[in-house]
Amino acid sequence: MTTTLTPYPAHGPRKLKVATVSLAGCFGCHMSFLDIDERLLELIEHIEFDRSPLTDIKTVGHCDLGLIEGGLCNAENVQVLREFRAHCKTLVAVGACAINGGLPAQRNHLDLGRLLTDVYPQGVPNDPELPLLLNHVHPIHEVVHVDYFLPGCPPSADAFWSFLTDLMAGRTPHLGHGLIHYD
Amino acid sequence: MSEPCFTLDGEDVPFVPGDTLLQAARRAGHYIPHLCWHPDFRAHGSCRICTVRVNGRMAAACAVQASEGLAVENHTEELDAQRKTLLQMLFIEGNHFCPSCEKSGNCLLQATAYQMGMEGPHFEEFYPDRPVDASHPDILLDFNRCILCELCVRASHEIDGKNVFAIAGHGIGTHLVVNSDSGQLGDTDMALTDRAAGICPVGVILPKRRGFVIPIGERRYDQDSVAEPGRQEAS
Ligand code: SF4
Ligand code: SF4
Repeated sequence: MTTTLTPYPAHGPRKLKVATVSLAGCFGCHMSFLDIDERLLELIEHIEFDRSPLTDIKTVGHCDLGLIEGGLCNAENVQVLREFRAHCKTLVAVGACAINGGLPAQRNHLDLGRLLTDVYPQGVPNDPELPLLLNHVHPIHEVVHVDYFLPGCPPSADAFWSFLTDLMAGRTPHLGHGLIHYD
Repeated sequence: MSEPCFTLDGEDVPFVPGDTLLQAARRAGHYIPHLCWHPDFRAHGSCRICTVRVNGRMAAACAVQASEGLAVENHTEELDAQRKTLLQMLFIEGNHFCPSCEKSGNCLLQATAYQMGMEGPHFEEFYPDRPVDASHPDILLDFNRCILCELCVRASHEIDGKNVFAIAGHGIGTHLVVNSDSGQLGDTDMALTDRAAGICPVGVILPKRRGFVIPIGERRYDQDSVAEPGRQEAS
């Protein structure tokens, strides 16, 4: 009697799990990420998305990579950041706001109470659903350890692509002239 | 007789007597990173970005006289890492929000940080409170970005003959001041045509009504890196 061996199912390399979030940011970095256009199809061969505005998954699972746009302007931002740090092996601060507070941090030398009463002359909203504002906006590396920084406002699509292909290939990402930008 | 030379990262660099290491290196087409040095002014030696190793000892390349046979190390991993740390400290001590700065793309601090591979600020931000001075009809002063290089002080004194600017205070309280009774630029005789109005390597002294005139992508350091000859100093 002859036995036929069923071939062991061929597995490609495991896809990287990636989560993304926007804290105190404008979603510009996410939009720029999507600007990698048709290269998204190649990317999706290598990664799958966990929590992200692209999937609408609300809680972060165990991930290889977390991309964080935006700084910390309220208590909820800090909580989400800590969850990302706890669930992502590698954490990347993406864009000017995550890296140095960016535009939201330009309120830092102003008095927060005064700002609120100026913006809401009819009365400052007071609802337990609203996260408490921090007195100062902070970049994320001041609260958790950040593994990589991808600067730009936003980083260009090419910067995203170069950064991610380096990471996926196991190289330390390096943005040369033209890709490293703070604006 | 052949010209006297020193070596820079192993390469011969010729010099004329009286040259500093930075002057001779720049003339020979080499890039020693610097912020407070400018070929039109005497050396100031404050930013220390040009620190090199000369015969094994650290020294500011803008202040050391060239001499025959010196062995100068410039682009080593150690020196470039120290330069990056100095740059990171300059960034966090001021308020450098490049996306909203008119100087972005033309800024020597930013371009030098690109060159040293600075991706993030590393340290905790100071977010100091430094109000702007918009009192002059043609010139805006945004102190948030001042790196205390004294180029405006030197230009105003040595070329314009006006003494509009000075550095005051000590330590972390060191800051740029304007020489008028009110402390306001509008109460000085500064003019837009003064050398001091165009010398600032960062976005402090800015001409009014000209902001963002050159689109992103076409600015000075979008095209060439700061290491290129002709791009090494403030425009
Ligand atoms: S002065 Fe230079 S480094 Fe500072 S905010 Fe402006 S462009 Fe950025
Ligand atoms: S205003 Fe500009 S030129 Fe003057 S000290 Fe500050 S950075 Fe230097």
